[in-house]
Amino acid sequence: MKSVEEIKAAIEAAVPGAVVKVILNPAPNAQHSLLIDAPHAVAVAEFLRDDDELALDFLSNVTGVDFLDKEIAEKVKVTRQVPKEVDGVQQMVDETVEETRKRVEPGYLEAVYHLFSVSKKHGPVIIRMRTANRTDLVELPSLTPIWRSAEFQEREVFDLFGIVFTGHPDLRRILMWDEFKDHPMRRDYVEPDDYEYEPTAHDDVLKRAQAHKAKVSAGEVSQ
Amino acid sequence: MSPSGIKTEKLAGWNRPPVIESDGEGELLEVAMGPHHPSTHGVFRMDVVLDGERVIKLKPVFGYLHRNHEQLGERQSYLASMPYTDRLDYFCSLTNNWAYALAVEKLVGQEVPERAEYLRVILAELTRIQNHASTIGFLLQEMGASGTPLMYAFREREKILDLFESLTGSRMMCNYMRFGGCRVDASPAWLEATRKVVAGLPAFVDEFERFLMTNEILMARCQGIGVLKPDLAVNAGISGPMLRATGVNYDIRKVDHYGIYDRFKFRVPLGDHGDIYDRYMVRMLEMRESILILNQALKDLPAGPVMDPKAKIRNFRPKAGESYGRIEAPKGELGFYLISDGGPNPYRYRVRPPSFINLTVLEDMCLGSNVADVVLIFGSVDIVLGEVDR
Amino acid sequence: MAVDEKLKIELGKQGVMVTTIQELYNWGRRSSIWPMQFGLACCAIEMIATTMARYDLARFGSEVFRPSPRQADLMIISGTVTKKMAPQVVRLYNQMAEPRYVIAMGACAISGGPFKQGYNVLKGIDRYIPVDVHIPGCPPRPEALIQAFMTLQKKIDEQHLTGEDRPRHLDEQAPGEFNVPEFGEHDLEPPSNPGTWTVPKIIQ
Repeated sequence: MKSVEEIKAAIEAAVPGAVVKVILNPAPNAQHSLLIDAPHAVAVAEFLRDDDELALDFLSNVTGVDFLDKEIAEKVKVTRQVPKEVDGVQQMVDETVEETRKRVEPGYLEAVYHLFSVSKKHGPVIIRMRTANRTDLVELPSLTPIWRSAEFQEREVFDLFGIVFTGHPDLRRILMWDEFKDHPMRRDYVEPDDYEYEPTAHDDVLKRAQAHKAKVSAGEVSQ
Repeated sequence: MSPSGIKTEKLAGWNRPPVIESDGEGELLEVAMGPHHPSTHGVFRMDVVLDGERVIKLKPVFGYLHRNHEQLGERQSYLASMPYTDRLDYFCSLTNNWAYALAVEKLVGQEVPERAEYLRVILAELTRIQNHASTIGFLLQEMGASGTPLMYAFREREKILDLFESLTGSRMMCNYMRFGGCRVDASPAWLEATRKVVAGLPAFVDEFERFLMTNEILMARCQGIGVLKPDLAVNAGISGPMLRATGVNYDIRKVDHYGIYDRFKFRVPLGDHGDIYDRYMVRMLEMRESILILNQALKDLPAGPVMDPKAKIRNFRPKAGESYGRIEAPKGELGFYLISDGGPNPYRYRVRPPSFINLTVLEDMCLGSNVADVVLIFGSVDIVLGEVDR
Repeated sequence: MAVDEKLKIELGKQGVMVTTIQELYNWGRRSSIWPMQFGLACCAIEMIATTMARYDLARFGSEVFRPSPRQADLMIISGTVTKKMAPQVVRLYNQMAEPRYVIAMGACAISGGPFKQGYNVLKGIDRYIPVDVHIPGCPPRPEALIQAFMTLQKKIDEQHLTGEDRPRHLDEQAPGEFNVPEFGEHDLEPPSNPGTWTVPKIIQ
């Protein structure tokens, strides 16, 4: 089978304008993946399926991954002018200091597709797509028109992670009930307070139990 | 080129199930089959629209056994997820263990000792036999053979469960495999008992076949019903006996050569029509091939450790990376997708459930057939709800 | 009013059977408990194994699994009850005719078991319906389920038809319908039935 770099080159040759990035996997199995851009995703997927040499006709696995907003603290060298007395004269002198700056890297949701070829018996080729952020720009193109096997799996990703797949024929909640709000597999999901007391609660469990008890005595919840 | 040899340029028309028009006479009847229905293998629900007896729409409804397996897997250590994998497909806990162990071993580059590999093959093939026997028993139960074939299947299943119990300590939830081997070694007495059970299995399969293969009711109700075309099967990600019943030669034991499957001589049974009868026959023949593998594995089983002494059990923290490991479970391709961020818990823990994905084409297979056949078509998919909903 | 045991045996030797209505009634009840054919998860497989040849539940008069709740006496909660499934379980229980009994089979049905921390798992079915027998195990072995049947039979044997401690189906005041929870935005509404379940105390 072709290496990821060769697949990348083949995609870029076949789909003009497609932006493909190789994401290296440091684990010993070396299952590297390709990050494809959302606007060209359907065309890229169609190429991967119909190309005679790749023939990735079997979409095995679709899943979502949630990456939270990351606060990155980095040390930057800054040059600024400081007043200094040089030879008895007050003047401004350049000085380089190190400064820690914090910036927030926006998180994103990722959809990962594992492709295999049944006719050529090779694989996996892993493609991924990323949303712009985790709150409002969570749309990705659906690959169900290319591989039918994505139908239920994309619904599941929508249900649990909240990625909206445009072009999906039947995008509804699949595992949770329809009235459910929120997406429970996101990493910042807060569970409902249906806490079961344990007779000998301790640590975290005791804290949650006491918080719940306070709520009960304040009359916020019944029991 | 599609696997069946038919050149299908674009599969666009296959993307949705065909629309079936009602004949315009009488009213349409909407039936919710499940989540409590004796034929749904647990808590599965199908919303069926009927025109008389004919199914013109069928929508599966999932989630009645959604136990948050994936979230629990991300909250606990790698090893702690092992007993939870038992409860995915609770008929085949040992193959689930293997798939998960394989994914983690791929993540860290862990080797597995010879003897452990052989034990894994022995246990996986025993699991396959008891799963297929039970599936056929349940299929016949849904055909109206209330109880009897299932009793034959469970009689054999109990013998295999006894072996599991004496080796692992539990009948169903075995929790036997570890990253880099198996938990305990098999004693000579256990191997002797296994040989005895395996020696009795061909007689059981013969008996089962003699009763069922040419049974008129079985043939009338299964042949030509619930036909699945190979192109759609591949496109919809169908795997396992259901894919092979359509004639597609794709067995992960042969394709990936995971474990030590390339050392054994066995054939991959293939169907021709993709109907219920083919699915039943593929399972029947797979049991025979599994017996062949078992005999070879029991003959060649080497001595040695069952656990890699260098394998890390406590404080297991894989380096950052990801891995996708898959095996040919009795129900199809069972895969585990893990992302590690270097911590003690997986960052992402995903199960690729064969039962769930095999249901993608349930509507396509059922449309136009009678409502009584829906039960059979559904039974021939062979699902376990613990895996469908996780 | 119980009959004197010695007198009973003596009369039995002479071909006279003496019993009380209560004994006869309870004997009839306990000897043919028909369970509902209702499987939820892993434990259901052990439940099926119990009815099969090796464990043979028929010895206890309980082999007739009824697909309809209207014909069943016993509901075996065999497996994890998820929040999505809980309203259906309560509804099925409501549809059963009295006298009806419930066995909570396995850790999940009792308390949520290994899946207790999940966002979609109900932490014990006794939050909504009264349970007669709990059997621990994950899953309980078929022998354990048989033990549960025997415990239930013992319980039925000991019930008094009149008086304060009479069973629910002979008590006009006892509730017949149980509140079916509804799907809320995050959890079931209400999260438990206060008439059936109260919060366990915390030991500080």
